Parts: sequence; structure tokens; C-alpha cells
Amino acid sequence: MAMNSVPPASAMQSVLRLLSIPGLKKLGVGPLLAALVLLAIVIITLLSPWLAPHDPLEMQPLLRLKGPMPDYPLGTDPYGRDLYSRVLIGGRVSLLIGIGAAVVSVLIGLLIGLVAGFFRMLDTIIMRIMDSLMAIPSILLAIALVALNGPSITSVIMAITIPEIPRVVRLVRSVVLTAREEPYVEAAQALGSSMPKILFQHLMPNTMAPLIVQGTYILASAILTEAILSFLGAGVSTEIPTWGNIMAEGRQYFRIKPELILWPGLMLSLCILSINLLGDTARDMLDPRLKKRGE
Amino acid sequence: MLFKTRNFDDAKTVLDISDLVVSLPPAAKAKPVLNGISLTIRQGETVCLVGESGSGKSVTSLAVMGLLPKDALFVTGGSISLSGTDLLAQSPGAMQDMRARRVAMIFQEPMTALNPVLRVGEQIEEVLESHTKLPADERRRRVIDIMEQVHLPDVERVYRSYPHQLSGGQRQRIMIAMALVLEPELLIADEPTTALDVTTQKQILSLIAELQEKHGTAVLFITHDMGVVAEIADSVYVMNHGDMVEHAPIETLLRDPKKDYTRKLLAAVPSLTPRAARPAPGGDPVLRVEQLNMVYGGGGLFKRHPGTHAAKAVTFDVARGRTLGIVGESGSGKSTVARCIMRLIQPTSGAIRLRDSDIAQLTRKQLKPHRQHLQVVFQDPFRSLNPRWTVGRSLVEGPVNYGQSPAAARERAAELMEIVGLPRDSLDRYPHQFSGGQRQRIAIARAVAMEPDVLVADEAVSALDVSVQAQVLDLLDELQEKLGITIVFITHDLRVAAQICDDVLVMQRGVVVEQGAAADVLANPQHDYTRSLIEAAPGRSWDFANFRELGAA
Repeated sequence: MAMNSVPPASAMQSVLRLLSIPGLKKLGVGPLLAALVLLAIVIITLLSPWLAPHDPLEMQPLLRLKGPMPDYPLGTDPYGRDLYSRVLIGGRVSLLIGIGAAVVSVLIGLLIGLVAGFFRMLDTIIMRIMDSLMAIPSILLAIALVALNGPSITSVIMAITIPEIPRVVRLVRSVVLTAREEPYVEAAQALGSSMPKILFQHLMPNTMAPLIVQGTYILASAILTEAILSFLGAGVSTEIPTWGNIMAEGRQYFRIKPELILWPGLMLSLCILSINLLGDTARDMLDPRLKKRGE
Repeated sequence: MLFKTRNFDDAKTVLDISDLVVSLPPAAKAKPVLNGISLTIRQGETVCLVGESGSGKSVTSLAVMGLLPKDALFVTGGSISLSGTDLLAQSPGAMQDMRARRVAMIFQEPMTALNPVLRVGEQIEEVLESHTKLPADERRRRVIDIMEQVHLPDVERVYRSYPHQLSGGQRQRIMIAMALVLEPELLIADEPTTALDVTTQKQILSLIAELQEKHGTAVLFITHDMGVVAEIADSVYVMNHGDMVEHAPIETLLRDPKKDYTRKLLAAVPSLTPRAARPAPGGDPVLRVEQLNMVYGGGGLFKRHPGTHAAKAVTFDVARGRTLGIVGESGSGKSTVARCIMRLIQPTSGAIRLRDSDIAQLTRKQLKPHRQHLQVVFQDPFRSLNPRWTVGRSLVEGPVNYGQSPAAARERAAELMEIVGLPRDSLDRYPHQFSGGQRQRIAIARAVAMEPDVLVADEAVSALDVSVQAQVLDLLDELQEKLGITIVFITHDLRVAAQICDDVLVMQRGVVVEQGAAADVLANPQHDYTRSLIEAAPGRSWDFANFRELGAA
């Protein structure tokens, strides 16, 4: 009932009401704005099939490189496709690859890192393998994978994930190395707790805070890498619009119609900026050094 | 002579604190951290400020230094004057100039108080650089001079050393040199010997006394150790929860304390006289350690490095229901022995027989059935419980590992909470909601829940205030009586060892130098090292709990 009584004009008021939730108030204006922007981008991207006025692949030879008009809010590209629809739909692949790469690299990295940190025998071997993985440039790896398997979302996720894994492993390992010396871990050993129990119940929770922060950075850099790969033509197939390959196609027409790069570029920048801002906020909030001991 | 009996009535007052009130921000609506305390120190006098953790000793020293944490603590009343200068009226800049030049401070942990990436000589020189306009060679001469005064060996080499290359005692000497190089009127020493071994502590205490004599410095010495107080104080101030409870010249205070709190504090100081021997045990020993050796490091990829021999041919046994103390200074190998017995590390060679099975070289899997007979209590109660787990979850972990049903384990855990003197509903709370002493009780309950034969207590009371220490020792005693547990008690504190142990084993650099009944070893030590340990124990000729000299019955 109370919801119905809110007139639509008071959207500002509900934002203000949102601000009064204690947790959000502590966030500050910057991170809150970033969260709202990111939320908007995600919602728009998820709803893009219904929001987009046109099929992003439908070519209209008569309407090539047109400026904004009622039916085409951002104009059209060199093939007469609707730029607005393409930018909306393009976000889907970008976000999918970003989230996919972040989740996969965090999960694999977490497992390897726990093992490397806990078992001294395996540590040296695992870390040397990680060092060599880290030396692989993701762009070259992507080009090689695409050449082998053909352009696909999986290839791109793999290409981004592999060089990211060692960074996660190093992070998790360092946390485990410090935590395993804690007396409560030794006490658990003395209580006869099994190795998996110590690893997953005592040690793993310590890695969560830094991993969430690292995850946001991987997410941002994966979205960016995907755009670079698509821009270079080593990403997903050009039939699937992504922010990267929309910009790549717009490159030749940059002088005539800069909007072809401007709009997807703007979305990309906004998206990455807000993810990074949120990552910084998460770090500030989760950093144990800021938490007072014994409170 | 037992105590200092110098008279300072004619000396000029150096520090005068009167009715000092320090509060939390008004929003906190809490009672003041310092509640109108007053204190005077005269030139050349040593004043000890004693109290348990949270009593406000350190806040007092920080207030004098003008180093109260900004936005967290505020001086809301009273005055602090240093030889007539009102310290509270000084600007931050003036205060900064005053520090080191007129008031200096030394801290508990010299490793963290020194910059790890600068040579120590340069760090002392930096003090001169920022407060004087001396030319470089004069500065260096002054640094070398003060380093000689604090009796550092091979001054030229030490000057060029980094903090990690020096021993704990040497680092504290550097801190003292740094504090005294500008000849301040007042030296504040905040627990400066707490992190040091007793023999080193003795040297540092006499060094501070010597330099004080020479320079006429007034010393404010903050400590929780009554033994140290007896050794060095001219007069003593006792603090509790931000109030100044009592102050008196040292002998008056120890002989005839006026306030209940002071009496309680003194009564809790464990006596160096070993407890009465308990009847000799019957039956076979529960734990036998034979020729235990532990070498750290060594190996190396191409060349064998010698490694560190942390325990050499350690042999002992303990009978059921008895307490064995392993005593030694840092680096003596006592903790290594404890960790070997617990099988947290694998000994290089030797046998550890627990109820007749040798567990020294068993694998992780093979160890599991033995683990439940062998439990441990660690030193730091803030780190020995998983901060993310409720107390109940920590307590049932062990029994559930050995097949008890979670419900039964929880019921037992609740009983144990009562046995260790905590309410049953403690099980649903988290470790950070308890004090240090309470947490140590929880850690003990967790160990006892396994119904072990042997309990290893690794410096289990060293991090606690004396009054809490006494309670925890009583609890261990009571549990031993009730359950017949054998306790291996690792400690650096001879007073604690005297309180709780039936037998004592003294270790030095990995070797057992003396072992036997506590009464024999502590009352009539045979080995030089044991003797030097006992001699270094501060205040050893005073019976604190009975307010008289030891042996004066």
C-alpha cells in the first residue's frame, strides 16, 4: 500500500530514502553512484533483446552511416545497422566474458592457491608453473587460441583466464601462508581435523576478502581485454556484436562518424570505471587492517 | 640493601601531572580513560607506574608525549607541566621539538620501533640532525659516544648494522641511546624489558639506572611486572581503570599497601618458592621422550648446510597427573620440544612415546588416533581461536572429528564452559566478545573436551595479567586434580614454573642443562645457567604475596 502511495515524481525521494539505509550511507556518494551506474548497465544489457528497437544484425543498405533519427536514436553504421541496438546488445557478450573470466580464474586460482600454500612439497613446483603461465601475454595467447579453435566466447574466456590465474594463486597462497601459522590452525590440527576441513573451513574464509577485491579487478580487466581482442579481430566472431568489435568496425569511419567509437567506448569506460570504484570500496571495507582487533 | 631509599625531597620537580582527565569523544558517552590522575617525578627519580592492561598506564605516557591518537582521545581537564612548561598549551610543532630534546620515550618492542631499512647508527644520528645544528663529524662523535655509554660492543660495526642484525637486548640499547642522546630531562620507558629474556632484562635495567645516575634523568617506568618494580623504583603509582589507586615510596608500598586493589595485585604475583612437592606418582609414565633431536634447515639443493640444531638429545618422562615445566629463554628450544611432542613438526630423530606407542615419525594419517590423547594450549589467546567461528563450533570440532555426535559434543561443551567458569550461553558467542583470560579458558576447555592424557601448555599464561594468570593456573591445577591430566608446561617465567610444576627441566641452546624436582632445581640449582636465570629474576628476594622479605616468617 505504502508503495502505491509514492507518486512517480518522487523518484529523487526514493533515492534519498535509499541513502538513509545505514549501510549505504557509509558508502559515500562516489561508490554509490558507481553502483547505480553499474546496476543500470547490467539491467539494460540483460533487457537488451526487448529494449533494442531493431535486430542488431539487420542491414539496411539505404540507411548507411546516417545520423540520429527518430527510429535510430544513435544513427546507423556503415552497413545500415542500428548503432543503438548494437551497443545495447554488445554489452551482453562483454559482460558475459568479463564475469566468466573473473569467476573461472578466481575459482581455479583459489583451489591451486590453497594447495600451494598448504602443502610445502607442491609449493615450489606449482609456483614455478604459475610463473611461466604469468609470462604468457593474454593477447598473443588469444590470437593463438582463436587461430586453433576458431573465434568463440570460450576461446576468449580461456585466453583471459589463463594469465589471470597465477595472480589469484599468488594472492591466495600468500594469505594461506600467513594464516596457516595461526595458532588456531595448529589447534585444529591437534584436534584431529582432516586436511580438507582445515583448508576449506579454517583457511579459505581468510582469502575471501582479498579475493572479492581481486575479482573486481579481473572483471574490469577482462572486459577491457575482450574489447582489445575484438578490436584486433582476435575476439569473438564479428557476427556477434560486442563493444570491442563495434569499435573495430567503426575505426575506418572514425573521421566521418566518430559516434561509432564514441558510444561503445563510453559504455565500456563507464562500466570499467564503476567496477574499479566498487573494487576500491570493497577493499577499503574488507581490509582487515582497518578493522579494529578485539572489537 | 633491598630497595632504593634515595631521598628526592630537595630535587626539583621535572614532571608534574595534576588531575589529568583524558576522555573518548563526547559521542561515545563513555567514562573517561584517565579519571583525574596526578603524578610527580623529581630530577633523578625513578617512578614506576603499574597496573593491569586497560588501566591507562600507556595513555598517561602518550598524553605526556603529546601523542594521543587524534580524534580518538582528548585531554579534557587537568595539567601536565615539564619543569614549569605547560605541555598541554604547546603547539604540535613546539611539542615535536620538545620530544627527544626534553622528553624521550622507549618502547616495548625495539624491533618495531626501529626502522628496519636504516642502519641503526644513522637512526640515532637522525635525532641529532632534526633537533640540533651540529656539523656532521660532531654528530657522529656524539653518536659513537652515546653508543659507548650504553655498552654496545664493537661500536663501529654496530653503527653500520641494520636492526635485524642485532639481538633484542642490543636493539633496546640502541633505543635507549636514541632516547638519551639529547640528554632529555624525562625518560618514559613503556614496558621496555617485557619482550626480553630475564638475563637481558637485568642488564637493561641496570643500564637505565646507570645512565640515570650519570645524567640525572627523571624516569617514568611503565610496567606490569612487580618484580621489576621492586628492583628499580623509588616510588610507585598504582593505576586501575583510569584511576590512580595509590602511590607511595617503594618499600612502603610493598610492605604496607593501603588499598585493597594494590593488595590484590601484589598477592597475585606468583612466588619464586616452589610449591610443596606432591606425592610421587605411581605407575608408568604417560609420555616419554627419548633422545629427541630437531634440526631446522639443512639440506640445500647442492650442498648440505649445517642447519640449526634446536633440540639436542632431549630425554624426559612425565607420569600421569603430574606437571613438568620446561624452562628456558628465547632460543633455548623449549617451544621446539613442545611442537615436536604435539607433532606439529616432525622431529629429526628420537622417540616420543605416548602411552607406549612411538609417534615421532608417524604420518598425518597414522597420527590421527593419537591426536586425541594429546592437546595444546597456546600463548596468545587472541589468535588461538578461529575468530570467524562461534565458541561452540570451536569446542565441538575435535570431539566430532572423533565420531561424537554434534548434539552430544555440544552438551559436553556446555558442561565444560561451566567447569572453566563461563556461562553456558558463551557457546553462541564469538571469541572477540571475550577478554584474554576468558579466551584462554575457552582454549583450555577446547583441549579438555578431547579428554587428553597429555596437555601441552606453551607459554599459556604469559600474555595474561598477573591476577588473570593466577586464575588460569588455578584452573589448570583443578582440572588436573579432577581428570588426572598430565601437563607439560612451557614457560620462560620461573615464578610461574615454581607455582605449577612438580618437575622442572631447564633448557639452554637446545640442550637440557638441568632437570629434577621443582623444589630441588629452583631452591638449589646445580648448573650455572639455572643459577643465572634465578639470579636474574627481578625482585627475587621479596615475597610479594605476604608483603615481606622471602624467608622472613
